[in-house]
Amino acid sequence: MTGPDCAVLELRDVHRTHGDGEAAVHALRGVSLTVRPGELVAVMGPSGSGKSTLLTLAGGLDRPTAGEVLVEGEQLGALNGRRLARLRRRRIGYVFQDLNLLGSLTAVENIALPLELDGVGVRQARRAALAALDEVSLTGLGARFPDQMSGGQQQRVAIARALVGERRLVLADEPTGALDSQTGEAVLHLLRRRVDAGAAGVLVTHEARHAGWADRVVFLRDGVMVDSTAPLTGVEHLLSGSGR
Amino acid sequence: MSIRHGLLALLERGQMYGYQLRAAFEESTGSTWPLNIGQVYTTLNRLERDGLVRSLPEHEGGQRPYEITDAGRADLALWFVTPISRNDRPRDELSIKLALALTTPGVDVRAVVQTQRSATMRTLQELTRLKYTSDRPEDLPWRLVLDAMMFQAEAEIRWLDHCETSLVRHRPAAPTARSGSPPEVVDRADEEAHR
Repeated sequence: MTGPDCAVLELRDVHRTHGDGEAAVHALRGVSLTVRPGELVAVMGPSGSGKSTLLTLAGGLDRPTAGEVLVEGEQLGALNGRRLARLRRRRIGYVFQDLNLLGSLTAVENIALPLELDGVGVRQARRAALAALDEVSLTGLGARFPDQMSGGQQQRVAIARALVGERRLVLADEPTGALDSQTGEAVLHLLRRRVDAGAAGVLVTHEARHAGWADRVVFLRDGVMVDSTAPLTGVEHLLSGSGR
Repeated sequence: MSIRHGLLALLERGQMYGYQLRAAFEESTGSTWPLNIGQVYTTLNRLERDGLVRSLPEHEGGQRPYEITDAGRADLALWFVTPISRNDRPRDELSIKLALALTTPGVDVRAVVQTQRSATMRTLQELTRLKYTSDRPEDLPWRLVLDAMMFQAEAEIRWLDHCETSLVRHRPAAPTARSGSPPEVVDRADEEAHR
C-alpha cells in the first residue's frame, strides 16, 4: 500500500506566521512533507530557515497558521488540548538539544514518566523504561540521577525517553548537541535503528554528517522547501511524489 | 595516489598475478576505485620496465605472478613517508564552476549551489549507509576509505553552505553602501530581481 494512508507524518501546505502586518515573520510558507514508517527524513537549512518551526508543528507543540498536520492520519488541528496531549505522549517522541531531563528523578524515572502520565501502571512503565535503557546501552545505570552521568549518557537517557513505549514518530532537533563525534554518532545510530524497526523519524540538523544518516534530506530556505534528495532505497518512496 | 604505488603495496604482501592484484586493490579500497585488468597490466609493465617489480615464470594455469624488487620496496617506502601535495591533485572543477557562474550573465548561482549540495548530500547518505552496514573488524581499512570520502563530501557541503551565506549577505548594495567594501560576491538571480 502506498500514499498518505500509510504516512506516519504528513504536512500539507503548512504555513506558520508569527505576528501580523508589517512585523509579520513568515517562518514557514507552504511546506508539504510526508514521512512513512521506516523512513528517516533530515531537514537542513540555514538559521532562521524554519527547521525548528517545522518540527514543533509536526509534534503538535505549535499550530500552523494555515495548512494541516496529520500524525497517523489524525489531524492535529481537529484535536482538543487533552486529546492532542495524549497523542503526543503516546505516539510522538522528542529529542531536543537541551535534554529537559528532570534532575530530581533517576534515569529510569525520567524515562518512565511519560508512560505514567499516560496512565500506565508504575511497574509496567518501569519495565518499559528498563527496556529502553537497554536499547540505548545504559543497562544498569537506571538508578543514577542526571548529574551523576556524563553528557553522552544523559543524551542517551533523553533518547530512551523519546523511544520508550510504542512511539511511532520520533522527532529530533540537533540531538547530538555538544557531544563529541563518536558519542554523537552513537545517538544517530540509535535513532536509525528505531526507524529501521518501523518508526518514522524527522531529524533537524545543520550538520551534513548527521543528515547523511537519513533516507531523504530536505532543504529549507526562508520557510520554503527548496530541494530534496531522492530517497535512498525502497521503491515505495518512488511511487508517491508527495514527499517532495 | 597512483595505481603503481597501490600495486607495489599489494605486492609487498607477497607475489600475485594480475587478476589477484585487481581483486586485492578493489577490496582494499572498498570498490570505490574500480580498476580494469588492462590498467593493471599496463602498470605492471611500466613497473617492470622501471625495475620496481619482476615477473616470474608462468604458473601451469598460464598466470604470470609478479614480485616486488628492492628498488620497488624503496620506492614504496618513500611514497609512504612523503606527504601528498595538494598541487598534485586535479584542479577542483566545482570551485571553478561556481566562480564562473558568478560572472556569467543569466546563471542562477543559488540554483547551482543547491543542485550541487543535493547531489553531494546524496553521496554522503550513500557513504553513511555503506559505513553503517560494514562494521566487521576486517572492514576497518575500507571504513577508513569511506570516512575520508565522507569528510570530503561534508567539507564540500560546508563550503557550499558558506557560498550560499555569502551570496545572501552580499546582495547588490545601494550605491551609498558600496564604499570601502571588499570585493562583492553578487547573486545574479537577486541582481536581476532588483532590476
